[in-house]
This record gives sequence, C-alpha cells and structure tokens, in this order.
Amino acid sequence: MNVTVDPERCQGHNRCHALAPTLFDIDDLGYATAAPGTVDPDLESAARLAAANCPEHAITVEPRAETSR
Amino acid sequence: MTRPPVTDWATDFDHLDPDFVADPHRVYDQLRAECPIAHTDRYHGVWIPTRYDDLAAIAHDHHHFSSRTILITDRAESPHDLGFHAPPITEDPPYHTDIRRLLLPVFSPAVVAAYEPITKAMADDLIDGFIATGRCDAATDYAQHVPIKVITRMLGIPDADHAQFRDWIHRLIEQSPVAGDATFEAIFEIGGYLAGHVERHRADPRDDIITHLLEARMPDGRELTDEETLGVCILLLLAGIDTTWSAIGSSLLHLATHPDDRHRLAAEPDLIHSATEEFLRVFAPVTMAREVIADTDIGGCPMRTGDRLLLPFPSANRDLEIFDHPNDVILDRQVNRHLAFGVGIHRCLGSNLARMELRVSIETWLERIPDFELTDSAAVTWSAGQVRGPRTLPFAFTAA
Repeated sequence: MNVTVDPERCQGHNRCHALAPTLFDIDDLGYATAAPGTVDPDLESAARLAAANCPEHAITVEPRAETSR
Repeated sequence: MTRPPVTDWATDFDHLDPDFVADPHRVYDQLRAECPIAHTDRYHGVWIPTRYDDLAAIAHDHHHFSSRTILITDRAESPHDLGFHAPPITEDPPYHTDIRRLLLPVFSPAVVAAYEPITKAMADDLIDGFIATGRCDAATDYAQHVPIKVITRMLGIPDADHAQFRDWIHRLIEQSPVAGDATFEAIFEIGGYLAGHVERHRADPRDDIITHLLEARMPDGRELTDEETLGVCILLLLAGIDTTWSAIGSSLLHLATHPDDRHRLAAEPDLIHSATEEFLRVFAPVTMAREVIADTDIGGCPMRTGDRLLLPFPSANRDLEIFDHPNDVILDRQVNRHLAFGVGIHRCLGSNLARMELRVSIETWLERIPDFELTDSAAVTWSAGQVRGPRTLPFAFTAA
C-alpha cells in the first residue's frame, strides 16, 4: 500500500497525524506529507482511517502497484 | 427588541428566535430533509444552506463567496465596510494567504503540544477552586476560563479582564444581528484595549504572539501595520474564547446527563481522542457567514452578488447522508469527517489548540470528578447567534 497527501488540498487539519503519527509528517505551518515508501502492513488500517477522516479528502491510499521484473 | 415569531423556517429563518436557540437541530433536521437551502428576509436577507455537501462546497469556493462578511449584523453594509478587519478570517486571497502564513507557525501541533501541560495545570487550578464545595457552575467557573487563560498567555496579556472579554464577545458574536451600534462599539473598545498592550510589547519584546506579530514580515518584506497587528490580536482574543468554552460546556453537559458515556469515558480513557472528535461533531459551536461576490448557484438556488449566507457547520455535522445515526453521540465513532472547524482555506487557525483544550479539559475533569450531575436542567441557558454553547451549568458532585 502507498499513501499520498495532495498538497493542493491539505489545509492543515492534522487529523491524519493524530490517527497515524508515523505515517504523516507535519511541517512548521501544519501541512502534512506522507512518509515515502510502502506502508508497513501493520499500519495499513491506520492509513485507511486517516484517509477516511481527512475533511479535505486530501489523502489517497492505493494498493502497491505491481512491479514487473 | 421583539421580532415576530417564525412561522415557516424555510422562508423566514431566524437564528435568534427563542425556539431555535432552545433546539436548533429540530429546525436543521427538518430543513435538510425538506428545504435544504432556507432563506430569510430578516437581517437584510440571508440564505441558510443546511446540507454537508453544500456547506463544504461554499467553504471551498472563495471565488464566489467572500469572507468580507463573517458576521450577520443589523446593518445592510458588510462588517468589512464598517471597519471590522480581523485578518485572516475577514479576508480573501491573495492577502489572506500571506497573513495566514505568518500565523500558522504559532498554532502548529508542536507549539500546541508544548502548551498541553500548562493547560492541564490551569484546569487543575480551576477545579481546586470549587471541588471542596461539591458544586459549581461548570460554564462560568470552569469551561469559560480554560481558553481565556491559554490564549491570554499565548498573546501576552493578563487574564484578569475576562469579564470584559465576555461582554465584548456577547455583543459582537452572539448579539450582532440585534445589538445595533453596540456591536461595532465593541470592536473599537477591544481595539483600544489591545492597542495599549501592543505598545507595551513594542517597548518590551517578549516570547509571545504579540511580539511575534511585531517582528513578522510580509512576503514583500514589510512589517504589519498597526491596524493589521490589532486586527489579528482582536481575532485571536475573540475567536478562541467562546467557541472552545462552548464546546467544553456542551461536552460536560452531555457527560453530566448521560451516565453510560460518563462511566465509559472514565473507565476507558484512551477513548478520549475519538470522543473529542465526536463532541466537536455533535456540539460544533460555530456558524460562519459569507457574502456572494460573483453570481453563482448552489443546489439550484441562485446566489446573486451582495447576497449573504450563514454557514451552519452544526447542521452539516448532523447530515444523515454523511454520518450514520447523526444525532447520537458515539464515543468511538471511527469515521468522522466533521466540519466543526470549517474546511478550505479558512480552516480554523486554532483548531489544534481548541482540540487540545477540549480534550485536556474533559480528561482533567473526569480524573478529578468522575461522577457529577446537572442539578437543574431548567437553569441551563444557551448563547444565541453564531456561537452556540451553554452559559449556565449548575453541577453537583461529591466534595473532595
């Protein structure tokens, strides 16, 4: 699973950081960014909860894209 | 001051009507189901959208809906045109964007976290003042004082003038549609009061928000004007007091009158985070306002330039299309995209602070006074206007 925050939509509510502090960083102005990389399976439900509680619909949770080798 | 009673809420809405003040959700529930965008000719004409999706769309659309009118008053002119500038809340982009950026850092989650132990100590002090008597007015002895103590300390002004703050807030935010000149006189009185404190900070810089504003620079390198500094201080003093006071009071009233929730929250303190969001949803205190600055329509209703709207976020938060069992308090509600702090570019600047103050006030109360009751439900009074909360809460508990 990958999680991203749309910086055009984020208004700094900080609901994501409260629900999943290790998945979202907050800058000095209060805006959120998602930690890069694949979400730890233990944190997938927290990521979904953060997305579902964002008042700005700024968080996207996507299953990890299949990588071809 | 008497106004005719409301006979049809869809066409003659009045947010100061005594029946509405007593139970606004009976009216909002009916409007969302039957006529989701109400109107009134009172107060020079106001639209009242009531559904979540319409309210969120308006709050996100600053191209059509300006913040130059955030209070409905008894004047035809916008508050902006009558001299009410409290940036950033009364402003629109691009100016809004620049001045808001100066303030975001002083209300960041990290700053708010540093104030948590201070807030807890203040709450404990307040409880120490009445716990031995076994009774208190939880609105005026407790809920009111937590946000006043915190914001005055952050600004760098004394908290001893709280009765004066309360009078200004009452005239400006709660009675603005009927208070006449008293509303605008309040703005100038607050400005005069704060101007003295700003001058003292200019001579004696300290580690507080007023000093931060005096040292701040806009993107073009200029300092804030005296009017801007005062306007921001007016906003920070007023916006953070009766709003949070209302949320704390409503939450305590719920716990006093719902023993199951009270016992559950005392027994499961980890629920406080979801419970705080649920209290914010169900008891959202703030109704904002906007002015149409370019013709548009919302939900099929034509909105013409100069029209004014109330934005009742409390109604959005009870919308059955968005929330299951919207009128029930569910302490462990998992998905709760409430609009208590608004959405879009005007998201409440102090939302992190307000959330912390509410949570700490409830946690501290339950630690010290896990069992309490409302002694006289008929004595509970509610503020009217654009901030709703209980202003009298006679509680009794076991003295300690």
